[in-house]
Amino acid sequence: MQNPYVPYPVRIDDIEVATEDKSLKTFKYVFLNDGDEEKFSYQAGQFAELSVAGVGEIPIGIASSPVEKGFVKFTVFKAGVVTSHLHNMKVGDIMGLRGPLGNWYPWDFLEGKNILIVGGGFAFTTLRSSIVYMLDPANRPKFGNIDVVYGARTPGMLLYKNELVEWEKRDDINMHLTIDAPAEGWEYNVGFTPPVTEQKAPQGDDDTYAIVCGPPVMIKFTLPVLEKLGYAHDHIIMSLENRMKCGFGMCGRCGIGKELVCKDGPVFTLDQINQTPREY
Amino acid sequence: MKLVKIDKKQWAEGLESLKKSFRLLGPVKEDSYYSFKALKEGEQPDFSFLNTRLSPKSLLFPQSEAIVEYSLDERDEDHHVMKAIETDDSPRAVLGIRPCDAKAVTLVNLNFDTSEYKDPYWVKALAATTFIGLACDTPKSTCFCTSVGCGPYHEEGLDLLLADEGETYLVKILTEKGGNFLSTAGLEAVDEDTTLFDAKKKAAEAKIISTIATDNLKGQDILDLHEAPFWEDISFACLNCGTCTYTCPTCWCFDLQDEIHGKSGKRFKNWDSCMFPLFTLHTTGHNPRGTKLQRVRQRFMHKLKYFVDKYDQGIMCVGCGRCVNQCPVNIDIRKVCALMNDHKVDEQACAVQE
Ligand SMILES: Cc1cc2nc3c(=O)[nH]c(=O)nc-3n(C[C@H](O)[C@H](O)[C@H](O)COP(=O)(O)OP(=O)(O)OC[C@H]3O[C@@H](n4cnc5c(N)ncnc54)[C@H](O)[C@@H]3O)c2cc1C
Ligand code: SF4
Ligand code: SF4
Ligand code: FES
Repeated sequence: MQNPYVPYPVRIDDIEVATEDKSLKTFKYVFLNDGDEEKFSYQAGQFAELSVAGVGEIPIGIASSPVEKGFVKFTVFKAGVVTSHLHNMKVGDIMGLRGPLGNWYPWDFLEGKNILIVGGGFAFTTLRSSIVYMLDPANRPKFGNIDVVYGARTPGMLLYKNELVEWEKRDDINMHLTIDAPAEGWEYNVGFTPPVTEQKAPQGDDDTYAIVCGPPVMIKFTLPVLEKLGYAHDHIIMSLENRMKCGFGMCGRCGIGKELVCKDGPVFTLDQINQTPREY
Repeated sequence: MKLVKIDKKQWAEGLESLKKSFRLLGPVKEDSYYSFKALKEGEQPDFSFLNTRLSPKSLLFPQSEAIVEYSLDERDEDHHVMKAIETDDSPRAVLGIRPCDAKAVTLVNLNFDTSEYKDPYWVKALAATTFIGLACDTPKSTCFCTSVGCGPYHEEGLDLLLADEGETYLVKILTEKGGNFLSTAGLEAVDEDTTLFDAKKKAAEAKIISTIATDNLKGQDILDLHEAPFWEDISFACLNCGTCTYTCPTCWCFDLQDEIHGKSGKRFKNWDSCMFPLFTLHTTGHNPRGTKLQRVRQRFMHKLKYFVDKYDQGIMCVGCGRCVNQCPVNIDIRKVCALMNDHKVDEQACAVQE
């Protein structure tokens, strides 16, 4: 019987400061035991519990992509007890990973479809995983047009900047990066994510799906824009967050009605969310 | 299924000899209430109870249970590696569990033993346990088991069912596990026909006069119930003390917490409650169930609607009456259930969800 409470032991292989204000760091982990990486095989959109002995566990979206092998990556915002502790840890430290947990963006279903990704702030982690997955040469032909709207306060607050610049240069993905106010040397969009989405995103139709991930205020103003662009509620895919402990549907705290965000989610369509009490 | 008769004196002797091969857990009186405890050498279960103050769920799902351990001492080769704690899965028997509490175990099992994930601590403890039920001939006024798919002689979740009959117990052997228990005890069991047992059962069921209706719950709309006007009234007096969820045999929510002593530590699985604001508080300060109304609603919606819809096995309540008896402000699940079951959406008012 697999014990879902016991994490795989991992070593911190690299730590990268991810934003100019140092509030986010990207942690790269390698598995200590042979075979654990295979057992941890995941899909873009899933999360894991980062487990620190003596401190606690936190649910974090998987930022690396299933097509990247040999390691897993997470980008963590310094927020409370466990995340602050993590920010003080060093390369070489041993901790644990439980997962992969939750469902994922419906990749099989999305084959042959156009994809619009809208992300804001530091909720770009599983979106990065998704983009890297779709751009993989083996996967790119499976999808139609790919558009990405990604906004942050300043250029220095955008995650994974080197990759964003690389993607800007490609012609098989349409990037629409934006920052809140003009900044020196910034050559892309200026303005909040919702209006940029309104100007740049493709029209919604039967074959176009939007994946939206961001802070509540961004979501609040982006949904009406998507509706205006013609995206039906079952064509808008979102990833929810709730406080979690177990991550596999037993401890009971992350429920929204009869759905548990950790196990039945975190990925839901807006249509599904509309049918649950909004307790997230 | 077989019915036998066992002399009470023999039963007591049999239990004593069973202690070599079974850990025996049974009701014991402490101050003015009863609780399930491991029986010591020479100690007999006290069957003169109506029901225990806390449910026996703690025998399988302890209020606090160490599940993972680790060393923080960097000199240890495997420091910071988290390992499962070995559990004692030797055979044990719960003596005198009431039929409602035994059925509750089968409901909680739906949460801890699923096709995707299994909680090994629960699953192994359950497999190691023989359940010996004690039928209720004198139910409490707050018992409403018969209208929630249970009853004073209900057999679900049990291996043996005992009915008290003067100097003897009438014992219904319900499973192989139960049969093994009797043979290990070396008890002389005399075959008995079912007439008396069935009559006692009927008489006991007739004594349960408190009932609730649950027939409309399934057909109700989740959002309609969620937006119903009665939650304000229901939750008004609630103290969010958590007594209801802690005493309930079917409540299964828990927390995970680390505890360290010097250079070693353990992770614990502790009972938690949807009645507490911290249960759902986000690190950002946002709380999706930040108000008392939202938390009280969650408890009843989970038991009487979400569970019903998710598992199609009735409500998540066995009618033991503990929450009714012990709530300091007399919030009564029977009344709440009636409101939910009878709820009709006012066609005039438009229930717009925020
Ligand atoms: C599906 C999902 C994906 C997510 N993805 C990401 C991501 O990619 N990046 C990211 O940065 N964030 C992500 N988050 C948010 C992240 O999980 C939270 O920011 C994180 O859990 C905060 O943990 P903390 O310990 O720092 O905060 P805290 O609020 O301090 O605590 C969280 C937990 O620590 C323990 N704790 C805290 N204080 C105490 C105390 N005083 N006593 C005892 N125990 C205490 C508790 O067990 C508590 O539940 C995600 C969340 C979800 C649900
Ligand atoms: S026992 Fe009563 S007062 Fe206490 S949390 Fe439950 S309903 Fe509220
Ligand atoms: S009566 Fe109350 S304590 Fe007993 S099972 Fe039902 S909800 Fe739980
Ligand atoms: S986090 Fe435990 S049930 Fe979802």
